[in-house]
Amino acid sequence: MKKNLRILIVISSLLLISSYFLPIWYISLDAPQYPEGMGMQIYINDIRGEKEHDLKNINALNHYIGMNKIIPDSISELTYMPFIMGALILLGLIAGISGKKILLYIWMIIFFIIGVAGMYDFWQWEYDYGHHLNPDAALKIPGMSYQPPLIGSKQIMNFYATSMPDIAGWIIFAVFAIGLFVVIMTIFKSKKDEAV
Amino acid sequence: MKRLSNTKMWLAALSIIALVVIISACSKSGRNRGMVESDAAGKVYIAPGTYDEFYCFMSGGFSGQVSVYGLPSGRLFKVISVYSQNPENGYGYTEETKPMLMTSHGFIPWDDAHHPELSQTNGVPDGRWIFINGNNTPRIARIDLKTFETAEIIEIPNTGGNHASAFTTPNTEYVVAATRFSVPYPQSDVPIAEYKKYFKGALSYIKVDQGSGKMSVAFQIIVPGFNYDLAHSGRGPSNGWSFFTCYNSEQATTLLEVNASKNDKDFIAAVNWKKAEEAVAAGKFKTIPANYFHNIYNEETQSATSEKLRSVKVIDPKDVPGLIYYLPTPKSPHGVDVDPTGEYIACGGKLAAMIPVHSFSKMLKAIENKQFDGEAEGIPILKYDAVIAGEVKDCGLGPLHTEFDGQGYGYTSAFISSEIVKWKIGTWQVVDRIPSYYSIGHLMIPGGDCAKPWGKYVVALNKITKDRYLPTGPEMCQSAQLIDISGDKMKLLLDFPTIGEPHYAQAIPAELLMKNSQKIFPIEQNKHPYAAKGEKEAKVVREGNNVHVYMTMTRSHFIPDNIEGVKVGDNVYIHTTNLEQDWDVPHGFAILGAEFSELLVMPGQTRTLVWKPKEVGVYPFYCTDFCSALHQEMSGYIRVSNTNVPISYNGSK
Repeated sequence: MKKNLRILIVISSLLLISSYFLPIWYISLDAPQYPEGMGMQIYINDIRGEKEHDLKNINALNHYIGMNKIIPDSISELTYMPFIMGALILLGLIAGISGKKILLYIWMIIFFIIGVAGMYDFWQWEYDYGHHLNPDAALKIPGMSYQPPLIGSKQIMNFYATSMPDIAGWIIFAVFAIGLFVVIMTIFKSKKDEAV
Repeated sequence: MKRLSNTKMWLAALSIIALVVIISACSKSGRNRGMVESDAAGKVYIAPGTYDEFYCFMSGGFSGQVSVYGLPSGRLFKVISVYSQNPENGYGYTEETKPMLMTSHGFIPWDDAHHPELSQTNGVPDGRWIFINGNNTPRIARIDLKTFETAEIIEIPNTGGNHASAFTTPNTEYVVAATRFSVPYPQSDVPIAEYKKYFKGALSYIKVDQGSGKMSVAFQIIVPGFNYDLAHSGRGPSNGWSFFTCYNSEQATTLLEVNASKNDKDFIAAVNWKKAEEAVAAGKFKTIPANYFHNIYNEETQSATSEKLRSVKVIDPKDVPGLIYYLPTPKSPHGVDVDPTGEYIACGGKLAAMIPVHSFSKMLKAIENKQFDGEAEGIPILKYDAVIAGEVKDCGLGPLHTEFDGQGYGYTSAFISSEIVKWKIGTWQVVDRIPSYYSIGHLMIPGGDCAKPWGKYVVALNKITKDRYLPTGPEMCQSAQLIDISGDKMKLLLDFPTIGEPHYAQAIPAELLMKNSQKIFPIEQNKHPYAAKGEKEAKVVREGNNVHVYMTMTRSHFIPDNIEGVKVGDNVYIHTTNLEQDWDVPHGFAILGAEFSELLVMPGQTRTLVWKPKEVGVYPFYCTDFCSALHQEMSGYIRVSNTNVPISYNGSK
């Protein structure tokens, strides 16, 4: 690996540290009677309301349709995600510092797998919240589910729900893209070397 | 002469008739009801979803409340309960708020509230609090402008009719109070005819704590028994002084309209309050017995408490030379208004046809040169010519109050001639006038009684409404009018109805208040002793004849909502806590047979209703504020028995 590319890998691995402080994903809910909007932000180890009481208020509204309460403490992913992210950062640093191509490739493959698994897990949570409803719920609409979109926007009853990466989420995407760029550059370089 | 043809003659006759009809029709419809220009609507139109430029606080007069309007739209946003019980939200009915209305005369759920005044910093309204007087049972209230709720009420001792109130000093060091009806001092059983011997006036200075806003009667100055009517504080060069108008220097006690109108001149009392402060610090006061209440609302416990106070510090002007001077002022003076610079003091006169404007610098000089014209019970009367800066002639009849635009003009309301007159400070020339519909009392320019008026509008607060709105029987709404003063000519923009009788008003740019306006009460800060801060804390406890229900409210249920074990003759204290922390989700509570108003409970708040069931049965209760789609389902029952049924209830699952 060329020195510049190694530095790039080290810097982008370090950039992932931001995911410990900044929200990775957000789901916002807009409705006519919520002009100020409501939302929740998903952090690596927590789910917080966008404003102080948003999570409580989202739970209060969800109880009408019998949705489970969103209780961050009961979501196990939030306890082990920080360690997975830590391992990913560490591996990225080792790959960058050592400059070994094979480590870079392994790092990127793991990164990809974590990313896909994370999104699948997130989708499952959304499916679970949206479909497993309390049969005693006040409001029951046959055939209606309340699953928010994985990414993008969707009208769910009176709420316009939007699910999008937040700052740290975009940083993770960007780091992955940089990694991909480095991989391509490295392969291209070695192909060129072989040709010579 | 050529003979007119028949046709021509008929045509001429017809056109003469038509002309006469048109002229007579015009003369009938020609009564001026206040012409507005075609762009007036655009100037007061606040498009849906946008905000007014100013908050306007109007006294509710004999409703004992303060109403909150938007300017320029004239839309009513809120009625703040101050001295009156409010069945809409339970103020004055609930256990938490009843102590606010305690006085030395007992529980008094009404007053006549006249003059709101915003707290000031450096002579400019700062949006912390607004004060308002209670006239009949002399009181001053402080309203918190984070919650727009009454936070404190203090009674004023030795006072009859607290009218010259609640005017603040430039940094809200004090809010003043005064007696409009002098009373025996101390109160005692004396013949009314011996007024001159026994009756005294009291000018009170209410200290305001700058952090908490908490009020206390710092001192009273005992003055001759005249009728102290209105006040304003000096600023700039006159900071440290306050000015009170007084009438009835004749000291009449009967048929005042004649007997108190004999003297050509009454007075403005100029009081050096800094000197009074020094006198108190130097111990030149007497502590005398008094009897008055101080009621304060505790934000943490969300409950008010009453304290009975038993003494007051009193200053006798004889002990503090230079404390007070009287400025002779013609014809039963009413309003006293200090211009933004603090140099000029404009005086209304209920029967006058000119506005005398005193000069503060001339007053100081006259005091220095001892240009006195006698004295009243030891208080020096300054020579009129020595203190007068100018007289505004042709100002209309019965000028009452003056506000300032900060551009060098005064605007005076004239009650009898029903108009606002604009005049120039310095030349004392009237430059413009506009009629009011009808009989204007106070007028208000945003910041018009402070050091830096925001100008732009003047609001006429009229005493008579008559035909301005759709008639509603003999009792009609009160009326305000919004007038544009941004140009050379005043322009009428809008009529809008108001509550009670608006006397004075205050306005402040919306951006200074709206950012501080509280949306909810954080539940974790709720220290109410009977709060149930979660459904698990809901319970019912019997203590002898008292049953305490710790009840929670959330969309869309009460916990508990089935209660048994209440007996006829019990006092059932229903303490409802709204668990919501969402903006604008109050819940209400009412129960069949309650001799009480409803409760309206804001998010995070606890409110208590006392219910005394008189007969056995099962009584429904329900949420009175449409809180959610399942609001109608938010209800429950309390069973009332004659026998000993143990207390039972359904708690949280």
